[in-house]
Amino acid sequence: MNRTEPVIEIKDLTVSYGAIQALQGISFKVCKGEIVALIGANGAGKSTTLRTISGLLKPRSGEIIFENKPITNLPGHEIARLGIAHVPEGRRPFANLTVYENLRMGAYLINDSRTIQETMNRIFRSFPRLKERFSQPAGTLSGGELQMLAIARALMAKPRLLMLDEPSMGLSPILVNEIFNIIKEINEQGTSILLVEQNAHKALSICHYAYVLETGRVVMEGTGKELYENPRIKEAYLGG
Amino acid sequence: MAYFFQQLINGLQLGFVYALIALGYTMVYGIVRLINFAHGDIFMVGAYLGFYALTLYHLPFPLAILFAMAGCTLLGITIERFAYRPLRNAPRISALITAIGVSLFLEYFSSLKFVFGPNYLAYPRPFSVCIYQIGTVCISNIQILVVGVSVVLLLILQFIVQKTKTGMAMRAVSYDKNTAKLMGIDVDYIISVTFGIGSALAGAGGVLYGIAYPQIHPFMGIMPGLKAFVAAVLGGIGSIPGAMLGAIIMGIVETMCSAYISSTMRDAFAFAILIIVLLVKPTGILGKREIEKV
Repeated sequence: MNRTEPVIEIKDLTVSYGAIQALQGISFKVCKGEIVALIGANGAGKSTTLRTISGLLKPRSGEIIFENKPITNLPGHEIARLGIAHVPEGRRPFANLTVYENLRMGAYLINDSRTIQETMNRIFRSFPRLKERFSQPAGTLSGGELQMLAIARALMAKPRLLMLDEPSMGLSPILVNEIFNIIKEINEQGTSILLVEQNAHKALSICHYAYVLETGRVVMEGTGKELYENPRIKEAYLGG
Repeated sequence: MAYFFQQLINGLQLGFVYALIALGYTMVYGIVRLINFAHGDIFMVGAYLGFYALTLYHLPFPLAILFAMAGCTLLGITIERFAYRPLRNAPRISALITAIGVSLFLEYFSSLKFVFGPNYLAYPRPFSVCIYQIGTVCISNIQILVVGVSVVLLLILQFIVQKTKTGMAMRAVSYDKNTAKLMGIDVDYIISVTFGIGSALAGAGGVLYGIAYPQIHPFMGIMPGLKAFVAAVLGGIGSIPGAMLGAIIMGIVETMCSAYISSTMRDAFAFAILIIVLLVKPTGILGKREIEKV
């Protein structure tokens, strides 16, 4: 595959928490229409990467370029405005708001109520269960429903880049399959996706390209298939 | 029995004024986890702004109250911007001490001769007092005005918080600031709006208080401020319906205490409530236990 049209490009990014350097200069890119996976163990720096892209963390050095514009030091709410949506680790629903209100907050930056209604209707076709829970507080939803809500909330902003942090975490295998089918579907409708996963099996099976993170560095990259067949990856991440 | 109902009405009047102040405490706490001790002094500034609007500019009452609300909104936003925002990521105790500093500043700055002056002032009433007899109970037009204006303001607040996009964003920010940022919500702006709305309510409360208990001075905000704070804790700090409920209870308890026990004991009773709540149910009547997020 030739990867020439980057939606987002990360160059030499370093991030530290006090004295601990969480990212030690990583570079990668997501190209138009791709699903790109970042895989790696706990503490490899995957969530830190996403949080830095969204502006929740400030990098120490390096550059983040989204659609040819540098966004490295923009505040979080302005990055969202540019078309990047982030489904955070642990889903982070607004538990005190209803399902509808959560979705409405996802569309915070969209002012046209017709567009919001159309997007919501489309989302309810993909997530019929959310429609049933429409006026319930998000705090009463089950784990799988919360993950769907978190993804749906991010889609309300009509992002061009969707970043997902551990969407499979804590879900049963059936639900994991369901969520990954949804992710594929979103991608087929034209949204580029950056996926962070500990479940390397699943991530490599749906991504076009993947990067392997170890202690804040990219140690390997390749198409999903290449990495899937790589003996080192097999041993370290796919359980032999 | 007539005496009891009479006191109940007096208590409601006081309770609604407390509610207007308590809401600012609870909203600000809900969103930045700060007890804004300067809030009672914003209430005092509101009373003075209403006073000048009525006496100096001879504005009609509805405009005077709007004038006080606008002035307090500006004051609240300014205080947040310059005193609290720089400490947003500092330990909570720093912001709390700053709030006490802002409170003292407002009190003593207002006491200066060229500001409001240190003296007691008699509050003008926009119309003459008129008392209606309903059965055995008397209600004055002042009481109707205080309760009526408060109820309207509380309904408007409820509408803003529950139905508007900004209100939803206020609730979202109070729940999880980082996730709110991911939605594109400008958290600083929403915090400003919250301070503004809370201060506007306190300003309206100041004018109503002045009309109901017609005497004002630069330190008048301390007691109602503290009692409204107790009301907010009693209802469950951070909860808007809780603050309303707590304030009404406080107003009634205080009035009943004056009526049946001793008027010198009423402050002791008010603060005994705080101690009891903190001992028995620290989360208040409608408050939720805060779950530590990891």
